[in-house]
Amino acid sequence: MNPLERYAPLVADREAFFAACERPLPSVVRVNTINATPERAKQALDEEGVGYEPVDWNAQLLRLDERGPGTSWPYFHGWLHGQEEVSALPAIALDPQPGENVWDSCAAPGSKTTQLSAMMDDTGIVVGNDNNLGRLSALRHNAERLGVTNLAVTKQDGRNFSLKPFGFEAFDRAIVDAPCSCEGTIRKNPDTLDQWTLNHVHSVAAIQKGILSRAIQATKPGGTVVYSTCTFAPEENEAVVDHVLETEACEVVEFDCPLESVPGVTEWEDETYDERVEKTHRIYPHLNDTGGFYCAKLEVTA
Amino acid sequence: MSDTLKQNVGQQFGRLPATPADRKVEGRASREEVLDFFEARFGIGPAVFEPYTFWEKGKGKIWIFAADVPTPIRIEGLGMTVLRTRQEHWKPTHSAVQRFGHHATENVVDLSADEAARFAQGEDQPLPAWDGDWGYLIATHELAGSRVPVGVGLYLYGELRSTVPKGNQETLAVL
Repeated sequence: MNPLERYAPLVADREAFFAACERPLPSVVRVNTINATPERAKQALDEEGVGYEPVDWNAQLLRLDERGPGTSWPYFHGWLHGQEEVSALPAIALDPQPGENVWDSCAAPGSKTTQLSAMMDDTGIVVGNDNNLGRLSALRHNAERLGVTNLAVTKQDGRNFSLKPFGFEAFDRAIVDAPCSCEGTIRKNPDTLDQWTLNHVHSVAAIQKGILSRAIQATKPGGTVVYSTCTFAPEENEAVVDHVLETEACEVVEFDCPLESVPGVTEWEDETYDERVEKTHRIYPHLNDTGGFYCAKLEVTA
Repeated sequence: MSDTLKQNVGQQFGRLPATPADRKVEGRASREEVLDFFEARFGIGPAVFEPYTFWEKGKGKIWIFAADVPTPIRIEGLGMTVLRTRQEHWKPTHSAVQRFGHHATENVVDLSADEAARFAQGEDQPLPAWDGDWGYLIATHELAGSRVPVGVGLYLYGELRSTVPKGNQETLAVL
């Protein structure tokens, strides 16, 4: 069975959902404001004759007409970074400020991490963690290419992350862009569903709960934690948020989602979830012509 | 004195001492020397680096970090690589020059569109027009109305060697 069928009952427009999942994803780049303004990056693309369309909801995102971003002068100079449009959302929801200490628990390969650095004017500290050495090397390469100097890279298990090396007690903000079943990336990786199993959904959900719990514990009271995935599975989305609402000191907070989204679901198969998860956001591919995504914003209460 | 100095430990980052007199690890460059190098070689003033701390991980591999943390620290990365001090002639990294090279006023060579494209590809090329110093130069080209660093070149015997790292080399349009 096509795993996407599993989620069709959640989607209002079934046909549009399946049609969008079949279409390849537009090639989008984010302007790296550490090195260039959007105006300068656009001028460089113009000089090179590379066509683009600004993304209407964010001045730093550009949809390229044709090729990938890798072979242009502004890319070479670290002015641009290839990043799926919808994946710019969690950093925007997190809203990190210059000078803060921010934890990115699952950082590699670093699109969101380097976006956090840029939003912080490359000041303060972004601790970019991942548990896989190969993926960390991609993170390091991307950060160097983009001129990021406020990133500290760690290799730990996010579920029991230790702040000890850093000499401070808690982060101002944290982002958990969790490993997941990734059905939302179907337009980028058409074979992503080949390895899909329900067992994997359940085992990865346990990991997600562990990492998100740690992120809440490691963040100051009043601080913000953003949880995001690229899966449609409620087990990996609302159920994870439902779990931390019960076990950790946190509250779901509303945020202004610049993309069209639908509320998180409170019922799925035999489960019901805390009603507060309705303040979280589900993004289906046909809503904004992007990948699929889930994003929740939490405030740490104690 | 060197018998009282500790050896560099490759798996951890150690903050650079403020001056050579503060040195506790053998052969480690000091912050003062790093700032002097950028000012003397490229005319990049110390004010540019004032907000940053400098670290060594791996012998002679210097990193620049936007904040400060306790030293030594055993993690995978801290900021960005900025300088190699192992050889007699210190070499700024490609990423450092892309990030800070626009502040340079000395030992900067402006490349033509064709030369810049060859440089970005990692090619060595004759550079008859250059009559300045030998050694490491910051190579720039014109893009979007300003002079933009393309990378670090090593100028020797009338030839400019591109040191753009393999993973960054790219075949680009001649603008």
